[in-house]
Amino acid sequence: MPDKKEKFEQLAKVIEELKDQPGALMPVMQHAQNIFGCVSLDVQKAIAEGLGVTLSEVYGVATFYSQFKLKPAGKYVISVCLGTACYVKGSQKILDKLSEELKIPVGDTTDDGLFTLNATRCLGACGLAPVMTINEEVYGRLTPDAIPGILAKYTE
Amino acid sequence: MENMINLTIDGVQVSAPAGSTVLEAARLANIHIPTLCYLKDVNQIGACRVCVVDVGARALQAACVYPVSEGMVVKTNTPAVRAARKTVVELLLSIHDRKCLSCVRNNNCELQDLCRDLGIEDDNRFAGKMNQYEIDDASPCVVRNNNKCVLCRRCVAACAKQNVGVIGPVRRGFNSAIESPWQVKLAQTGCVGCGQCIVACPVGALKEKDSINAVDALLASGKHVVVQPAPAVRAALGEEFGLPIGTSVTGKMVAAMRRLGFSKVFDTDFGADLTILEEGTELVQRLTNKGVLPMITSCSPGWIKYCETYNADFLPNLSSCKSPHEMLGAVVKSYYAEKMGIDPKDIAVVSVMPCTAKKFEARREELSNAGLQDVDEVLTTRELARMIRRAGIDFASLPDEDFDSLLGESTGAGVIFGATGGVMEAALRFAYEAVTKKELKEVEFHAVRGLDGVKEAEVDLDGTKLHVAVAHGTGNAQKLLDSVRSGEKKYEFIEIMCCPGGCVTGGGQPIVKADVRAGVNVSALRAKALYGEDEGKALRKSQDNAELKVLYSEYLDEPGSHKAHHLLHTTYHARDKYEGIQ
Repeated sequence: MPDKKEKFEQLAKVIEELKDQPGALMPVMQHAQNIFGCVSLDVQKAIAEGLGVTLSEVYGVATFYSQFKLKPAGKYVISVCLGTACYVKGSQKILDKLSEELKIPVGDTTDDGLFTLNATRCLGACGLAPVMTINEEVYGRLTPDAIPGILAKYTE
Repeated sequence: MENMINLTIDGVQVSAPAGSTVLEAARLANIHIPTLCYLKDVNQIGACRVCVVDVGARALQAACVYPVSEGMVVKTNTPAVRAARKTVVELLLSIHDRKCLSCVRNNNCELQDLCRDLGIEDDNRFAGKMNQYEIDDASPCVVRNNNKCVLCRRCVAACAKQNVGVIGPVRRGFNSAIESPWQVKLAQTGCVGCGQCIVACPVGALKEKDSINAVDALLASGKHVVVQPAPAVRAALGEEFGLPIGTSVTGKMVAAMRRLGFSKVFDTDFGADLTILEEGTELVQRLTNKGVLPMITSCSPGWIKYCETYNADFLPNLSSCKSPHEMLGAVVKSYYAEKMGIDPKDIAVVSVMPCTAKKFEARREELSNAGLQDVDEVLTTRELARMIRRAGIDFASLPDEDFDSLLGESTGAGVIFGATGGVMEAALRFAYEAVTKKELKEVEFHAVRGLDGVKEAEVDLDGTKLHVAVAHGTGNAQKLLDSVRSGEKKYEFIEIMCCPGGCVTGGGQPIVKADVRAGVNVSALRAKALYGEDEGKALRKSQDNAELKVLYSEYLDEPGSHKAHHLLHTTYHARDKYEGIQ
């Protein structure tokens, strides 16, 4: 794993390569997200300074596209399936319950860096609907009531 | 001869220069197309769709960005066009906090105008969920209320044009809003407080931080409250009372201030003359002692904060002079207090400025003396107008009155401070005589007048060549500074004003609606009023100001004296634009 300093050196190289092409901001941000896993404040400042654009501009793009993350992903990434089968089986309620329990909106990461909550398309386990995964672990036939118990396994 | 394009708009034959938009062509034919996000020379992005017209294409097109072409047939008033515009405005209203009665822009709002002109019958046609935004009033200059924002982006464009860019659109869809990055308040950003966003806003989403309540409290406190208006205020205040743009209302303004209950009405123009003596002397000293050059003017607090935040390497170039109203405040609380036998603690100074950045400046710790701020409160021109209306004063029928003596006299040099190039011209009128010891016969320096972004001139001071430059708007200033930094340009003296057009079009001035701004040059008209005042003055050089001579002979000794330095000069410090964003 490269350390922080090396990552910023990598970013500087990317900026140097792309800065003279029109519309460089988006590709630079994509590279940055690949390098750092997110476009955090420090990364956005470096991009703004490197490209000679304002932080407002970088932040505006970062919050416009859901693909960009402002925080690194949590230790446990929760993906709730909103595919057709899961959805008719009530996966929205599962997602809402998770959002409520973790006190974050969908797409966000808890302040302690433990959980990231995502909604996904079909996971291919429709027989188990509604389904979610936490990292590699699959949880099926979920009910909202089961959520606190499952989360507790990861917070202990 | 320009390449002209012929088209038909609503059956009228129009000939417009190639490259014109349909909106511009319609204006030539006196056909009014409503707009909202459009602000000439600032924001032309076709975002709001209020200006849609039928150009014969499959879909309606935004007139503000659609280019004219030969033989084009445009219809601006079909049932489909009217219906589309109406729906656009109705949708905007569905996310707009419609508390018009308590809005600072009531009766001066472009959204209200649209509702009236488009015949909106139901202001709640698309009733539904609304976002609730916290009002950001942490800045001493600008208050943002996103509940009233229509997302037109005029403020964003104005801020970007100033090369500051601390606001922008964030998030998307229903959740999009104009905010500073990372959800910080404006006060935590590198905002310079210029208020150009306020005068760009079509609605009440942006306004100055209120100082009327604080001034009311001062007037009720029993203190000796002195008021002083900046040069540019007199060139615009009349607009608030229905007078044409460019009407000078100096005498009525003074009369109104007296009727509002201020103890003395002094003139920031006197402070401007004082500034010229101090700054001009500083320039001559820097020239003779090989000091840091070019020297750059320091009157504009937006420019000062811009320099501190974005160009700190130029801080040694800034004149150490306080700005004119701060100088006058310092003199009021020292010389004037002594002369009148009033304890400075019992004196309050209120400045009326064309500027919102002055509200921040007045709070700078270094602009004080013996623990007292030089200036206590700053009102914008708009706030003064509100106080006059509230007091039931019939402005147009007021008599012309004179400023109070002691610190009320001014020369033409002080008056023109409000126009871009004015401080430079005033300083040259002084520097010429200071350097050559000869009388300056032709006082007008036309090379530094006008509205070019950057003006340059070579001035001959009887053999000594002075290279000067003038920039207005920090966007233009940045280009000028970059050319100096790279060594490409060399000057001895530079004037920089933060706001495009100088103080006459400062962020605290009466708001001129977009459709008026599209037709007239507001800066030029207001500046003309100031140059007219200058021409009408018997004395046109700061060094001829009689009351100023008394101030020096009785109190300050001479320009640049130890006492003058203590009272009238200041220091600056570098700021980190990201300091508040952690």
